[in-house]
Amino acid sequence: MVKKINTCSSLYTPKVLATFRNPHNYGRLKNASGIGKIGNPVCGDVMWLYIKVAQNKKKEDFIKDIKFETFGCVAAISTSSIITDLVKGKTIKKASKITKDNVVKALGGLPKIKYHCSILAVDALDKAIKDYNAKKTKN
Amino acid sequence: MKRIYFDYAATTPVDSRVVKVMVPFLSESFGNTMSLHSFGQEAKLVLENSRQVLADLINAKPNEIIFTGSATESNNMALKGIAMNMPKGRKAYHIIISSIEHACVVETAKFLSRGFEVTKIPVDKYGVVNPKDIERAIKTETILVSVIHASNEIGTVQSIVEIGRICRERKVYFHTDASQTLGKIPIDVKEMNIDLLTGSSHKMYGPKGAGLLYIREGIKLVPLLHGGGQENGLRSSTVNVPAIVGFAKAAEICKKEMIADARRLRKLRDKLIKNTLKIKGSYLNGHPKNRLPNNANFRFDHIEGEALIMRLDMEGIECSTGSACSSFKLEPSHVLLATGLKTEQAHGSLRVSLGRFTTEKDINKLIKILPKVVEDIRRISPYGKKD
Repeated sequence: MVKKINTCSSLYTPKVLATFRNPHNYGRLKNASGIGKIGNPVCGDVMWLYIKVAQNKKKEDFIKDIKFETFGCVAAISTSSIITDLVKGKTIKKASKITKDNVVKALGGLPKIKYHCSILAVDALDKAIKDYNAKKTKN
Repeated sequence: MKRIYFDYAATTPVDSRVVKVMVPFLSESFGNTMSLHSFGQEAKLVLENSRQVLADLINAKPNEIIFTGSATESNNMALKGIAMNMPKGRKAYHIIISSIEHACVVETAKFLSRGFEVTKIPVDKYGVVNPKDIERAIKTETILVSVIHASNEIGTVQSIVEIGRICRERKVYFHTDASQTLGKIPIDVKEMNIDLLTGSSHKMYGPKGAGLLYIREGIKLVPLLHGGGQENGLRSSTVNVPAIVGFAKAAEICKKEMIADARRLRKLRDKLIKNTLKIKGSYLNGHPKNRLPNNANFRFDHIEGEALIMRLDMEGIECSTGSACSSFKLEPSHVLLATGLKTEQAHGSLRVSLGRFTTEKDINKLIKILPKVVEDIRRISPYGKKD
């Protein structure tokens, strides 16, 4: 049964609240190809993003799996979840082009004061990809 | 879904008995207290009766009660009114407040710090102001001490009698913001040596839009609002009779029921505290004993307060938090920080405030849901897990 969500809708969009209530792809990814850790507990938002990269038929790197762990508010958790949805299955090239506006749009909007959470999500992804690239060059 | 309200410290519903007495003053008896005709005089009479009821609640005289529009206004009036009444051209006068005041006192003191020296007295880990610290901070320039009677956030009740005694001895005015205590725990302004006291209607089952400032007889202060000279010239504005009538009825009910109410709420609150502290990584904020009968304030490791509030809201439970993420300034509660909590600890706070209409069933539901919600949020968090 889907519970009716009728809360605080003046603050957050229904999409944000639904995502917050049932976040996708949370947890830790074992043997991640790249990890992006961003934020700090003092400011109240911490996001850890794990990506598993594989090659598709065209021999392009793509995000085969992605998971997040987040300490933070409703906006932080829902932006984490939505960015995993946005990039899962996408090539690294395409995933790198995700912007905070894509994140905000996918959530149907965010309060202005919470925009920094969407930046955090994009930065975490960026860091995870960079981490993957660094490891790749090393090997 | 039935919604359970646990935010009585933010505001209370108007008691139906209060609503009943207010209604005629919205339409039939709508007079302006300043009018000389019968409509006006009827309103004036009911205003003065209301003043008597509020005075009785705190053992004051009716002429010592000024009605205002809110506790914020009363606090502004107490601080600015005393400060502005000091003779000009002398060296800077000194005002003392505690470090856990409500924003309306903090911000007023900040405003006054342009021309006045302001000292903030620290609190201990339970949020208690040591009266001796007040005594040490008082100097010849000190004109006013303002300490909140009980914290709206962590519920800690201060040693008002002792602070009042010190201020009286040192001939310094003593103001207390009693927004959270008026009608909840007994207040006697004479016994407690209080010179100025702020009270709020909507925190005690009266309507919003009414507050009071008790000003001990003989104390002069400058009004904030100038105009027609209502409230003995101290608060010009057409008198909000319906709200004040409601405020008075609420006071009358509180006077009769507060002891029994407090006893009942204390029992429910203690049950909540006992059970909540069984959750791993949970702590009580505020004083374990000297706290408002209706206040519980917790914090949880690896939990951000706004997420907790919203998850509880989805379960039909309405609480509050001091987390930065829930504030418009993105700063955590200054009260929690003043008790020595680190910023990241202050983020994980949950305030549960009970009230007249809270039942044991409500408490049981919260006790049942809270551990599950905490667990849910922790599962998403990167912290507190084994690698």
